[in-house]
Amino acid sequence: MEVTLSVKRFDPDSDQHSSYNQDYVVEMEESATVLDGLIKVREEVDGTLALRCSCRSAICGSCAMRVNGQARLACNTKLVDIVDSGKVVVEPAGNMEVVKDLVVDFSPFWDKVRDVKPWLDPEGPDPDPDQEYLASNEAMLDLAGVMACIMCGACVSDCTVLEVDPNFLGPAALAKAYRFVADPRDSDDEPRLSDLNEYGGMWDCTRCMQCVEVCPKGVDPMGRIMSLRDKAMATGYTSTYGARHSMAFTNGVRQEGRVDELSLPVLSKGVFNIVEQIKMIPLGIRAQLAGKRPPILPHKNPGQENVRRIFNRLDKHDNSPDRLEIPTAIIGLASPVVLTFVAIIAFLILQFYWNSESVSGLKPDAYQSGSVEPFTRFSYFHNCFWFYCDPETSGSELVVNSNAEAER
Amino acid sequence: MKYAFYPGCVSRGAAPELYDATVEVCSRLGIELEYDSMSGASCTGAGILQEKNLKLGDTLNARTFALAEKTGLPLMTICSTCQGVMSQANDRLKSDPEYLAEINKSLADEGLEYKGTADPRHLLWVLIEDVGIEKVKSLVVKPMTGFKAAPFYGCYIVRPSSALGFEENPDRQDSLEQVIEAVGAEVVDFPGKTLCCGFPIVMINEKNAVKMVANHTTDAKDLGADAMVTPCPLCHLNLDGYQPQAASMAKRPIDLPILHLPQMLGLAMGINPKDMRLNGHMVSTKKMLTKVAVSP
Ligand code: SF4
Ligand code: SF4
Ligand code: FES
Repeated sequence: MEVTLSVKRFDPDSDQHSSYNQDYVVEMEESATVLDGLIKVREEVDGTLALRCSCRSAICGSCAMRVNGQARLACNTKLVDIVDSGKVVVEPAGNMEVVKDLVVDFSPFWDKVRDVKPWLDPEGPDPDPDQEYLASNEAMLDLAGVMACIMCGACVSDCTVLEVDPNFLGPAALAKAYRFVADPRDSDDEPRLSDLNEYGGMWDCTRCMQCVEVCPKGVDPMGRIMSLRDKAMATGYTSTYGARHSMAFTNGVRQEGRVDELSLPVLSKGVFNIVEQIKMIPLGIRAQLAGKRPPILPHKNPGQENVRRIFNRLDKHDNSPDRLEIPTAIIGLASPVVLTFVAIIAFLILQFYWNSESVSGLKPDAYQSGSVEPFTRFSYFHNCFWFYCDPETSGSELVVNSNAEAER
Repeated sequence: MKYAFYPGCVSRGAAPELYDATVEVCSRLGIELEYDSMSGASCTGAGILQEKNLKLGDTLNARTFALAEKTGLPLMTICSTCQGVMSQANDRLKSDPEYLAEINKSLADEGLEYKGTADPRHLLWVLIEDVGIEKVKSLVVKPMTGFKAAPFYGCYIVRPSSALGFEENPDRQDSLEQVIEAVGAEVVDFPGKTLCCGFPIVMINEKNAVKMVANHTTDAKDLGADAMVTPCPLCHLNLDGYQPQAASMAKRPIDLPILHLPQMLGLAMGINPKDMRLNGHMVSTKKMLTKVAVSP
């Protein structure tokens, strides 16, 4: 089988500072893997090609790279399965700096794994020397799934959050963290969960499932992150935006059978978090102007009592029938949309107040003498306000104008 | 062709234009929608409820499947996220009879039982598998020639591939491109088309979510896209609603309208844009509409 391996190359020592694609045509057996192909290139065609590998049998985790756009172990990927009109595109793993050709710098990867304290801090007194720390079979079966991780970094390569935020701990380190939080012999659950609750931790994952899809060992990093979230909420870490969002969402489904789009943002940010609430106002106004008006009044699905019964039966955190229950719709009334109207009315009242005679004594002389239009005082805010709200003059236009001015 | 219709929460909430466009387009495609028997179906949980309680999520979805079974009709959704969450739930329920029996205990109070025969499918897949791409082509009265559309799938309709029946139905993997071509438009292939739009974290880490919007929309725009098309209303909400912030972050104008899949179909079928609330987007579709030769 003739295969063209199109390899993305980069040499930090050459004059050419950017990467480029180089095609190698090789004759391969039907059974050959991508790694076999690359090794053949290195040994027979071009000795300068740099790549990492060791075990050649999906054990050591050295050979993760992007093959046809997706992270895979090169030694675990057969050419016949992925060759597309005779061609296979090979690139270095993503989200890590390229050292040379297909070799990337793993130091941030290891730093993050180290950050989650990947060691057991045993619970209770040392067992007597003839005994071991005991863990149930069930717990060990669950942990074995995570311990199957070979630290290849395929998940990190394709994680969509790491692409926009290198601060994110990432799927591999979070899966490793789960491995210790879920270990019944470990005593540090609370401090671990508290650390993972921070910015860059468990709540920053978007549930995009890239890590689930590409992991060659079925570790299911995203599923582990979801379990960490559950454990954090159950432990009482409920004041992060993520935890609030999760609880408010669930509560909406519990009460109405569907998402309550008005109360969800309010509850996620926190009802008394005025600063964040105000920040949502422009978006609320844009939504209103576009006619995106989620129903304000309660909109229970028919037969909702049946859904409610299922919740009462299965939701372990949530089965007290007579706890105080504020309908989400009422909280929705405090939503940005409503706040917006309050803000407009407040604005009008203020303006009226400023113009009225009763406060004329408080105004600066210029206003009193009539040389300045009373309205100018507000016009700055007025302009900003409408500028952000008007869908036709969104933030983008602002940039256009200033660019145009700069050019002039 | 009749389907038990599962519209999801968002098309009845913050993206009503998707609902309207679906109704219009389905009537032209000869797709009948059964609403009433499905009106009591709950939210799928969107992956959020599953964080806390997978079994609860699976039970709610089993209930939806049982309601659909009762109608004797195939189940159709118009949301990528609903599709993915339902497919994953169905996968677990169908592969483990013991688990299914356990779940059914909670449905028994209501006299429901899920027998394991439901097969939830997105309108996008129905177009390819039941309606047929040829029929779609035959209904195009205003071919969108010269119109450049960037496909944006949303995560849940592409991952995890093991739960989405890609092996039996390989067409699903490029279904959106097929539909874009069927209406006569040109596909703008860009790297982010199967990546995350950022919506799930927009309330949690807005900066990261907006960065994702900025990356995808500017990539598509730079490749000449006139609009982006998505089968996921959540992706629409993020890519459309947060585009102004993304533009300020990217320090450049973007102005890329984000169409719902049925809106694009409807335009090609000659449906009045107002009937599909194309004026109900945050990023104006006016300029784009002049390009498809229909007045706004
Ligand atoms: S599911 Fe979360 S951790 Fe996994 S790739 Fe996506 S964002 Fe990253
Ligand atoms: S979780 Fe999977 S993909 Fe990620 S490092 Fe471990 S083995 Fe590799
Ligand atoms: S070479 Fe060891 S995992 Fe590929």
